[in-house]
Amino acid sequence: MNATLQVAELHEAAGPRDRRVTQLEAIAREIRRLSVAAIYHAGSGHPGGSLSCADILAVLYGTVLNLPHADHPDIDRDLFVLSKGHAAPALYATWAAFGLMSRAEALTLRKLGSRAQGHPHVLDCPLAESSTGSLGQGFSVSIGMAMGLRQQGRAPRVYALLGDGEMQEGEVWEGAMCAAHYGLANLCAVIDYNKLQSDDRNAAIMGLEPLAQKWRAFGWNTLEINGHDVAGLLAAFEAARNERTLPTIIIAHTTKGKGVPYMEDHPQWHGSVKLTPEQITSALTSLDTDPAKAEGLLNGRG
Amino acid sequence: MAVVERAAPQLIGTSGDSLREAFGKALVEWSRERPRVVVLDADIAGGTGVHHFRKALPHRFFQFGIAEQNMMAAAGGMAATGLVPVVTTFAVFCLRAIEQARLSIAYAKRNVKIVASHPGIDVGPDGGSAQALEDLAAFRAIPGMTVISPADPEEMRQATRAILDFEGPVYMRTGRSASTRLFGPAHKFEIGVGQMLRDGRDVSLVACGVEVSRALEAADLLAAAKISARVINMPTIKPIDSAILAEASVDTGCIVTAEDHNIFGGLGGAVAEAIAQTQPCPIEFVGVRDQFGQSGEPQELAEFYGLTAPHIAAAARRAIARKESLRR
Repeated sequence: MNATLQVAELHEAAGPRDRRVTQLEAIAREIRRLSVAAIYHAGSGHPGGSLSCADILAVLYGTVLNLPHADHPDIDRDLFVLSKGHAAPALYATWAAFGLMSRAEALTLRKLGSRAQGHPHVLDCPLAESSTGSLGQGFSVSIGMAMGLRQQGRAPRVYALLGDGEMQEGEVWEGAMCAAHYGLANLCAVIDYNKLQSDDRNAAIMGLEPLAQKWRAFGWNTLEINGHDVAGLLAAFEAARNERTLPTIIIAHTTKGKGVPYMEDHPQWHGSVKLTPEQITSALTSLDTDPAKAEGLLNGRG
Repeated sequence: MAVVERAAPQLIGTSGDSLREAFGKALVEWSRERPRVVVLDADIAGGTGVHHFRKALPHRFFQFGIAEQNMMAAAGGMAATGLVPVVTTFAVFCLRAIEQARLSIAYAKRNVKIVASHPGIDVGPDGGSAQALEDLAAFRAIPGMTVISPADPEEMRQATRAILDFEGPVYMRTGRSASTRLFGPAHKFEIGVGQMLRDGRDVSLVACGVEVSRALEAADLLAAAKISARVINMPTIKPIDSAILAEASVDTGCIVTAEDHNIFGGLGGAVAEAIAQTQPCPIEFVGVRDQFGQSGEPQELAEFYGLTAPHIAAAARRAIARKESLRR
């Protein structure tokens, strides 16, 4: 399937809104709460880009990735690389939300000796699959993984999450050519397209548009969706799984700072920011955090 | 310490025995029985020697096009799936992708072998843009990176096997020009181990890569002037063999390092750091003196930049003079 799926078609493919969607939305909210709480305790970190990708991560870990579990501990697992490594708080929060890391540990973000390093480090956290934090590299690593798995005839699929500012790295386009050249259908990359980067809007720093046309021209199965719409995400990942010849790119339109109104669509919340007690309290309130849970998040016990 | 067996130096004089050719052939030889080894190339296989691999084991050869950054990081990803990727390009293009080598290979402790052809002024006519004089320093500064620069085709053959069997990231230099054959099959290369090729009392000449044969020549020149020079082959720049250096310092009281690299941060830097922490002694550095190269034949350039045997011998005399002035 080479054609771009439109949002409406993806909705249709996903069927009626079901309980799974509601659950994943709740998990995404939890990822957002843990992310901002971790950044609050760290005194630094990147809230904007962590909040914008929470729904994507919830869907990936909730339904897409084939990971080991109690019944199948030795599964040859799917690989997910957070190429936009500065969204590490959201990754740890996701693991915590799915019981892959303790909530208390996710809140040790950026502390000396913590496994929750400022950017994911695979030696501390094997599930990070690679060490990231320098844009463009995680994407290339995911390409190498897809090539390596295919070379060995192994079934796992590879997923990568990229930032939109990351598109400005030349390495991304080296990788885009490479994955298309080798027809890596076992690779699916997602762009968290929140339109903002460190200093300003993408358009002001170095314009990316027409982004979908670029990926299509580079030979990718190109899907464009609302990255906060869980049903749309589910359908897009399903479409990527059904693609047989091309690598898939999901351009997920998102809002930076999503879920915390005072952060939404403001570049100053890219990072690395220190949250005041008033700001974290306000953020947790916006995220419908019940008082007992808020207390755990604020005292660091999770 | 036993002096290592050494065949009489004999200039082969054909490109068929360049270190890159020796590497390319050895890679095929050792990879046949090592199915996890794969080779990555950026449209330069004919230059790096891996065209032999492409021909012999095509299903394990991956073309990345002229895109070294993607290739380097992708090697980290391939290693994550259990393969043993050998990334090959020119030394200058390894520098282009060094941040990928740092993060996606070394920081992640991936079992990737980076093999760089065309190091130093040995590159010759391509000129300054192509002559990497910074690679040993740059890769040596990356935590956990092993750095190797073999001296002759036999050592290259053995080093190739050694890096494939070693677990961890490695940067290894080959070489473009015809090399001087120094070692027979009885030679034994081991990562992290230097070898005394010739014993001496007055000065120790420590060299790697193409400078090893020049150091041996320099020892002959010095012997003619009744100066006894020890010659040490130091194919592993990192981890450096501190013990053999401390022993050389105690026995000879001064050292000359020789490398086809900037005098800053490469073999000379590694030797100086080791000696400063064990048995300090005067050290003189032979190498390119913090400048870029230019076009010319390798031998002409070696003379121009002061890398030939007479320059090493002159550095030995300076080192000995400094040693003697300290003793007075």
